[in-house]
Formats: sequence, structure tokens, C-alpha cells
Amino acid sequence: MKHLITVTFFILSAHISFSQIDTSKVKRTPTDTSKMQLNLDAVYNRPFLQYGKIPVAIGGYAEANTQYAVTDGVTEGFSFQMRRMTLFLSSSIHRKIKFLTEIEFEDGTKEINIEFAALDFQFHHLLNFRGGIIMNPIGAFNQNHDGPRWEFIDRPISATQLLPSTFSNVGFGFYGKVYKSNYVWAYELYLTNGLNDNIIGNAENKTFLPATKLNPDRFEESFNGEPLTSAKTTLRVRKIGELGLSYMGGVYNKFQEDGLILDKKRRADVVAVDFNTTIPKANTVITTEFAWTFVDVPDTYTQQFGKKQHGGFIDIVQPIIKKKMFGFEKASFNAAVRAEYVDWNVGTFKETGGNIADEIFAIVPAISFRTSPQTVIRLNYRYEWQKDLLGNPAARTGAIQFGVSSYF
Amino acid sequence: MKKTLFTMAILLLVIIGCKKIMPPSPKDDELLDGPVEGLTTAETQQFLKGDVAFNDDIFTPQNGLGPIFVANSCGSCHAGDGKGHPFTTLTRFGQIDSTGNQWLSFGAPQLQNRAIPGYTPETLPSGVGFSKILPPANTGLGFLDAVSDVDIIAMSDPSDADADGISGVPNWVNIPSYCQLRPNAIPQGGKYIGRYGKKGAAYDLLQQTANAYNQDMGINTTFEPYDTYSKLEVDPEVSNSTVHNVVFYLKTLKAPIQRSQNDGDVQTGKQIFVSIGCEKCHKSELRTGASSISALSNKTFSPYTDLLLHNMGAGLDDNYTEGSAKTYEWKTPALWGLGLSKNSQGGSYFLMHDGRAHSIEAAIQMHGGEGQQSNTNFQNLSESDKQKLIKFLESL
Repeated sequence: MKHLITVTFFILSAHISFSQIDTSKVKRTPTDTSKMQLNLDAVYNRPFLQYGKIPVAIGGYAEANTQYAVTDGVTEGFSFQMRRMTLFLSSSIHRKIKFLTEIEFEDGTKEINIEFAALDFQFHHLLNFRGGIIMNPIGAFNQNHDGPRWEFIDRPISATQLLPSTFSNVGFGFYGKVYKSNYVWAYELYLTNGLNDNIIGNAENKTFLPATKLNPDRFEESFNGEPLTSAKTTLRVRKIGELGLSYMGGVYNKFQEDGLILDKKRRADVVAVDFNTTIPKANTVITTEFAWTFVDVPDTYTQQFGKKQHGGFIDIVQPIIKKKMFGFEKASFNAAVRAEYVDWNVGTFKETGGNIADEIFAIVPAISFRTSPQTVIRLNYRYEWQKDLLGNPAARTGAIQFGVSSYF
Repeated sequence: MKKTLFTMAILLLVIIGCKKIMPPSPKDDELLDGPVEGLTTAETQQFLKGDVAFNDDIFTPQNGLGPIFVANSCGSCHAGDGKGHPFTTLTRFGQIDSTGNQWLSFGAPQLQNRAIPGYTPETLPSGVGFSKILPPANTGLGFLDAVSDVDIIAMSDPSDADADGISGVPNWVNIPSYCQLRPNAIPQGGKYIGRYGKKGAAYDLLQQTANAYNQDMGINTTFEPYDTYSKLEVDPEVSNSTVHNVVFYLKTLKAPIQRSQNDGDVQTGKQIFVSIGCEKCHKSELRTGASSISALSNKTFSPYTDLLLHNMGAGLDDNYTEGSAKTYEWKTPALWGLGLSKNSQGGSYFLMHDGRAHSIEAAIQMHGGEGQQSNTNFQNLSESDKQKLIKFLESL
């Protein structure tokens, strides 16, 4: 196993610094950089700092950027954004019991979320029990979303505005893996608190699964008493890549209250396919994900809210130079491009038979400079075409984004 | 050092190049939205507030939508402030003469054909007369608002005194108590001239806006406090100031700007437009009176309407009406912005009051009654002249 243990700088908590703890005892928990890691492993496969033999490790990442965006010639000027700062804390309670939590501060302190806080019990490598606040494994991005891992400042539209990116819920479930010499297979199956009717009643004016995150009570109680089922199976074959198939579905509406029936049970179901690979020799990294959603929207509601949606993205990242640069030992300079598409309303108008649009297409060329695999400085140019429901001429947006992101 | 300088130079070039690689603004004459020129700073701020309320406020079951409704935002019906799409066509029913609507207890005058989950939308009672109404463009409404009653009446010719086959009458309507009379408003039998809506049944933009909130979206205001579903007076769901901001926004949207005015075909087309009689109703020039918004005061503008009702013949008689209009009478629609209609209708034309015409030529051919002679004159034009006329209309 080839280890790439890279540390570019040390940041310790104020507590550690001011307590004058012997920093020589602070060690960085190595990330597993084997070629057989899965998106499933991303939550634990992060650089952590550990002090001595204390069974607690901390870590995190931050990302900040500036952007200048213009939509059809109109701009709000430059903005500087502190998109997020995320803190991880993990603990090995027992050789077979571990805990990890991830707390995210978005846009300063505008949003503070516990994205993950779960206990894992390993009974067998094929039978791990996980309970707490978990990330529903729909697609790959939801599990593997840390900013420093990506060459792009914006998260994929399909991951944030079709699927609810960093969608986490309270629940329980199982996961497991089988390793063989040339492949690894894994599964995940969880029952969690679920969706709510914000998905067809929101300020986005479209069927919008991420709006389900607006329910502040979702960590406390289920909106409708029906669990959300999330399942994923993944196969990684050495030298080929990782293929994931995932499903998430459940009832989203409040169909009864105080024992009284209000409506029939209405479901929202999502299916996603993800794939990633690295082309040998060229070291070109390809990451792609596509998702389809099916929502039982009442026929008597407005067609503004689609019953079917789909969308996805493909990222291609090509390392151009990998060597010591500017004093950084394992630096790399990369070129990348993302193409992404989402159709929030797949269908035709009842009145005219014409296509319902409500779609977006974007292309994002990028260059990045990595001082190490954990730290990236990136420059993106984004150009997108967004059509309204009726398919009127697309609003065109161009944006220059420059930012940094790093684990610490 | 060289690498550092090279990298910095690249970044500098990117920053300098930013503006060159950004999507440009569409030309002003290609857009229907945007404020009229000459607003004060305070007026511009109110315009922006109204813009947000009109285009960004989305109503959901949580903030008052419905429970029965047609659309869930103003912008749903008026994309880019242009003409609407059949997706949000309104169905109005129940009134066949000036005695008023006899079907109010059945949900008239407007059908709410959609409902939030758990509720049942209205259905059209059998046998009742109804009209489908396509949402109109919003542009230049403040100019139309500021035309004096005297000028409108001067264009009318109820008994066709000049024997040109065109009469034209105002729609005399009862006005709700919350509407303020215009200065020098001229009453007739206690009624006033309506000038908004396909039949001209709404007196002013406040009435039109309050009705749209109430009847289109199921949003109650202090102006229209009765819920369309329960028929009960309920708490307002948007504030008076929001309503006033929307009214101000609508009033101060710019008038569409004609394109290709110097094109020879367009100029010839305009002459044909006048010569075959279209301009008798679609007046090319009106003038505003005094307005509290100075940008609208005493302006000459080109809406191509006379704001009057005309008999449009049996083909356009839906057996439904409003105010004092007859079922076969329709208010002359303003033609300004006609050529940009496709940009708000998903790339196709949906013209006439209900979108039944899918081309300008088809719309002309549907003119009957007082419009029949112009229609006949159009049919008799050479193909070349027809195309010049249509090119002129598309330039508006």
C-alpha cells in the first residue's frame, strides 16, 4: 500500500496552543490513499490530528472564495465568501466502536449544521451498525463532499439543487464491505427520519428536494411518521473504477394528523448512479453522477412542481505538473472541466403539449494548484444557461471564481 | 521568481478579461422589464421593492397560497413582464350582461382550477358562459393609467357618428371603495371608465392587483379580504405596503421600445397598418395627463390601443362579459411589445384574449364585427404587403 502522508501546515486549536501542550506529540492520522477506497469511506478518510494516545482526533476544513458573476449583463459586483468551515471530531471508543461528528458553519454563522454524528459498531466487516445523524447515501457527492477534494468552488448543481447535498438525518442502519484482491464491494442500508412537504411548497417554485432540509425538527421527529429508506451498493474494481447505485425514497407529505386522514401517502423516490475512475498513465480523474427523482405531486396542484426530474455532472481533472513547486514538496497543477445539467421538471404542459423546460446547463473550466492533496487554490470560470418553466430565452450567467480550500 | 511572475501575470489577465467573457446585456429594446426613465431615487427604490414582490415572492401553502388558486406567483403568469402562456390561462365565467354575475355562489367570476394538496379545485358549472383569459403583458401600464378620461371619451363613437364602421365605447364599471378616483374622473350613472383587463373591467392597477392576489393566487389583502375558498373574511396574507409596491412597479414599468424603426419595410408596414383601418382602434399615439409620478406626466406614447370596447363579432363572443361590456365586445389590446411576445410565451405566439391565435396573421383573420373590414382589407393585400405589415407589428 502506497502511503501519501502529507501535511503542509499545522493548525491546532487555541486550547492546545495556549495550554502549551508538547506539539511533538501531536500527530496527523494518516488518510488512507489506497486505490481501493470508496465514497462510503470518505467520512472517516480525512486527515485528523491526534494528541498522544488520547483516543480522540480532530480535524476540519475551510473554504473561502471571491466571485464576480454577471447575469445577462447585470452584476452585483465582487463578493467575498466564507462558504464553510467544518470541524470533525472522531473518537475510538473501542477497537470496534468509533464515533465521528462533523459540524459545519456555512456562510459565516448563517447556517450551523450537525452534518454527521454517528456511532459505528463493527460486528463483522460485512455487518457494521451505524446510528445517529447520518448522511443519506444518495449519489456519491453527498458522502464525499469536502471542499478540498474538489477542483470546483461550487458544488454540482445536481447535488445541491436536485439532490439535497449534505442531507443528513437521524436514523440507524447497516453497512459492510467485502475486499478481494481486485475489487471491493460495499452496501449501505439506513432508515432515517425523512422528507417533508417543503419539497413541493418552497420559494424555489419548483419541486425541490433540498427544501426538505428547511424542516428544523427533522433531527427531533419524523414529519409524518414514515421512515426514509436509503440504500446504496458500490463496486470498485481495481484499474477500472468505482460504480455506485443508490436509492432514497419515502413518503413526504403529512397524510394524517391526530388519527385523521388528510391525504393519501405521497412518495418521493430518487435513484442515482455514480462512477469515478482514474485513467492509467494520464492520471486523468473522471467523476460523474446522474440522478432521477420521481415525486407524487397531486394532479390538482400546479404543474410548476414537476413529477419527474433528472440531472447530473461530469468532472474531468487532468494533472498537468506534479513536482515540487514554490517550495511545496508534493504540489500539482491541474486543469479541469465540469459539465452539468439539471431538468427540474421533465414533462409537457397539459394545455399545449409543449415541453416544460425549467432546466439549467453549465460548463466550468478550471485550473487548480494543489500545494498538497489536502490543500487547493482554484480558479473557476463558470458559464450557465438557465431556462424558465416555459422555455423562454435562457438567462446566461458568467462567473469568475477564485478560492482556497484546505483541511486543517 | 519567473514562475511567480508568470502566474501573477496569468491571474491579472484573467481578472482584466472578466468583463470580456461575461454574458452581455440584451438590448434595451429586446426587454419588456425595466423602469420608465426619469424615476427619482425614492421611486426607483419602490420600483425595486415591487419588482421583488412581483417576481420573487412565491406563495406556498405555508404562506397563504390558495387553498384554491390558478398560479402561485405574479411572475408565473407574466414571465419577464410579457404575455402569459396557456399554462396560466384564467377562466372567468357567469356574467352574460350588464346586470352582473349570477354565478357568484358557484365561485364566479373566476375559476380556481388548482388546489393545494388535500383540497379540491373548482370545476366549471355546466352550461355557464365563460372566457379563457391569457395573462397580458405588464409593460407601459402606468402610461395607460395616466390617459385622461376626456381623451378616452373623445376617441369613443358609440353611435358611429362618422359612419366608418367603428364605434368604440368605454367599459363603465362600478369601482370598489378602496380605489381612489383619478383627478377629473368622469362618471356616467355612478360608474367610471375601466381600463384594465381584457374587457376593461378593472378601474385601476390597485383593483387589478388586489384581484390578482385574491382570485389568481388565493392571497387575501385588506382590499380583497374574502377567501375564495371559504368565502369568509380572513386575515390579510400580504401587507398593504407590498400591494402598493407592486402597483407602483406595474405603473412604472417602461413602455416597450419599437425595434427596426428605420427599416423601410417596417415603415411601409406602418403605412399599410393605417391604410387598412387597423389604426382606427389600435391608436398609434396617446398622451398622458398630469401624474403624481413625474416620469409619466404629459408624455406622448405609442400603445396601439384606444382603451375602448369594440364589437369583435360572433367568432370572439364567448357568452361571458364584465362591467357594461357586451359578450362580443373586447377592449382593444395594446400592440406594443407584440413582437417580443414569443420571448415570454415559450417561443410560440399565443394571441387574442385566450391565446387561440398562433400567429399574427391568424390573429388578424379572427377579427370580426368592427374589425371585419380591416380583416378583409388585410386579406386583399399582396403577400409582400402582408409581410411588411407583419414585420411592422413584430417591430412593436
